[in-house]
Amino acid sequence: MEKFTILKGIAAPLRMINIDTDIIIPKQFLKTIKRTGLGIHAFHDIRYNEDGSEKEDFPLNQESYRGAPILITGENFGCGSSREHAPWAILDMGIKCIIAESFADIFYNNSFKNGILPIALPKEQVEELMASAEKEPSALLEVDLEKQTITRGNKISFDFEIDPARKHSLLNGLDDIGLTEEKKAHIKSFESNDKEKRSWLYA
Amino acid sequence: MNNAPENNKPRTLFQKIWDDHVIHTDDNGTSLIYIDRHLVHEVTSPQAFEGLRGANRSVARPKATLAVADHNVPTTDRSKGISEPESRLQVETLSKNCAEFGVQLFDMADKRQGIVHIIGPEQGFTQPGTTIVCGDSHTSTHGAFGALAFGIGTSEVEHVLATQTLIQKPAKSMRITVNGTLQDGVTAKDMILAIIGEIGTAGGTGYVLEFSGDAVQSLSMEGRMTMCNMSIEAGARAGLIAPDQTTFDYLKGRPMSPTGEEWDKAVAYWATLAGDADATYDKEVVLEAKDIAPTVTWGTTPEDVLPITASVPAPSDFDDEAKQKSVERMLDYMGLVAGTPLEEITVDKIFIGSCTNGRIEDLRAVAAVAKGKKVADNIKLAMVVPGSGLVKEQAEAEGIADILIEAGFDWREPGCSMCLAMNADKLESGERCASTSNRNFEGRQGRGGRTHLMSPAMAAAAAIKGKLSDIRNL
Repeated sequence: MEKFTILKGIAAPLRMINIDTDIIIPKQFLKTIKRTGLGIHAFHDIRYNEDGSEKEDFPLNQESYRGAPILITGENFGCGSSREHAPWAILDMGIKCIIAESFADIFYNNSFKNGILPIALPKEQVEELMASAEKEPSALLEVDLEKQTITRGNKISFDFEIDPARKHSLLNGLDDIGLTEEKKAHIKSFESNDKEKRSWLYA
Repeated sequence: MNNAPENNKPRTLFQKIWDDHVIHTDDNGTSLIYIDRHLVHEVTSPQAFEGLRGANRSVARPKATLAVADHNVPTTDRSKGISEPESRLQVETLSKNCAEFGVQLFDMADKRQGIVHIIGPEQGFTQPGTTIVCGDSHTSTHGAFGALAFGIGTSEVEHVLATQTLIQKPAKSMRITVNGTLQDGVTAKDMILAIIGEIGTAGGTGYVLEFSGDAVQSLSMEGRMTMCNMSIEAGARAGLIAPDQTTFDYLKGRPMSPTGEEWDKAVAYWATLAGDADATYDKEVVLEAKDIAPTVTWGTTPEDVLPITASVPAPSDFDDEAKQKSVERMLDYMGLVAGTPLEEITVDKIFIGSCTNGRIEDLRAVAAVAKGKKVADNIKLAMVVPGSGLVKEQAEAEGIADILIEAGFDWREPGCSMCLAMNADKLESGERCASTSNRNFEGRQGRGGRTHLMSPAMAAAAAIKGKLSDIRNL
């Protein structure tokens, strides 16, 4: 996994609530057996017309936001399915940080596994970032994971919360499986105790 | 024993399961927990197996893992395989991976094949007090057995395959109590839709829901599964119902259930799992069963529910500005006009099935409504997709299939089908569907498709009447 330290870039505003995983990546694109290549399909139905042409009202289709590495959006982003194709698609289209009022649990969790930083902020702060991204698309937003801050020029500066363990993994690009394998002795010891207690599960 | 509670502090069902699965807790409060059961399907596993192969890792406990192809499988004649090449590749990839890593698979030709969340309970693979994961959000279904069951992404599927563990933090607990007795015609599906309407699609975020109260405890296992299945639609990590005699009776004699002395030992353990009487919850929600009517969705999130007797709402009926904007979009997408009585909404297709409502009890409910009647002329297709091969076999043996075919329903092979429309079963743009599934998201059942969620009996009523209808008046 790639490390996430400081990200500086333009932010695309997507003024919708409850953006579900079917909107992020519709099911016809889940048939892949790879993790990559989903970026062109991300947000398919709200991004493309039926004939495949781009919809003008989708922010990331507009020249000022095209290629933005940061997405700003409303509450409950990523609700619905557990499909990791959702963060894969978002990452593959170049988005590495999502700022929203709130996230659905599984999507939030999946994002970290792919080096994407999801940041939940209070409604007023999201609104301020959204409004300023709409007003002045070219202004850059700086997200500093180490300091846990989001700044925009010298006008806006917000702190954000993040679980320390997730922060550590993201900053260092760590692989969870490798970390867990270091605890192999604990796992073996758990299993041998548990085999006594719940033997029927080990038949 | 391994994780005895401190000072005999009263614990919830969730806390008891959690405590019995913690392997190690870091200073920052993150725990490594043990996973007892892992269900695998073809859509969210190929990249996980690929990851294992790349890192030269094996599956830690193949016997604790069970795989099935369900999302992509055709519900029509399967003897010639899958015609769509990408779907075929995914299903074949699952077979290859299971063979290579020693994981048991129910393939498409196996009569035990079916939707992953139907077959787990059916086989007795799902058991109380266990931790169960699957790369599928509706894993919450298994919470009906008092198992801590939740959906995970593919990276975590790989993590569980490799280590039989997951890195987790404890969830907050919310107890949802439904008192009293449900009215005639009101089912577990109506109850969970009403609950999601009450707490909202993000109301459960960060929580494990525990359903309790007379109306919940008197449900069959099928009804309990329907409720826990849709916990995720309230944003919850999982849903739970305390195991009791109904649970034990359901599990007794299933192929993967314990037997003999092991059965007795298991039941003795399962009986200790219910939350302690004086345990406290982070949040409590109480509903009265008598207030719940047959319920349908009108919008494109599962919180957009109303009793069937109501009318389509207007954006101005909502306080929040973002929700008003969203309602405007939903009415446009759904092709609905504010003020229209729900019972005047005509539908084009009927979908009965899914991990929410594809079990035998659901099909019996549909047959009870359809018996001696005909699907209305305006209905283009009324599909019934049993949740598994065994459900299909049982429904055929009970005469349910004959009743449904006679009434004009299409009787299909088991799978996820038009719940998410990954196979050939889908809505065309603008088509409206009365569906027993779990998600009414934009495009969920096909681009431009319009979904109304409801119970099996209500979907059957819609099939007969050709429009959304109150089952109580049929």
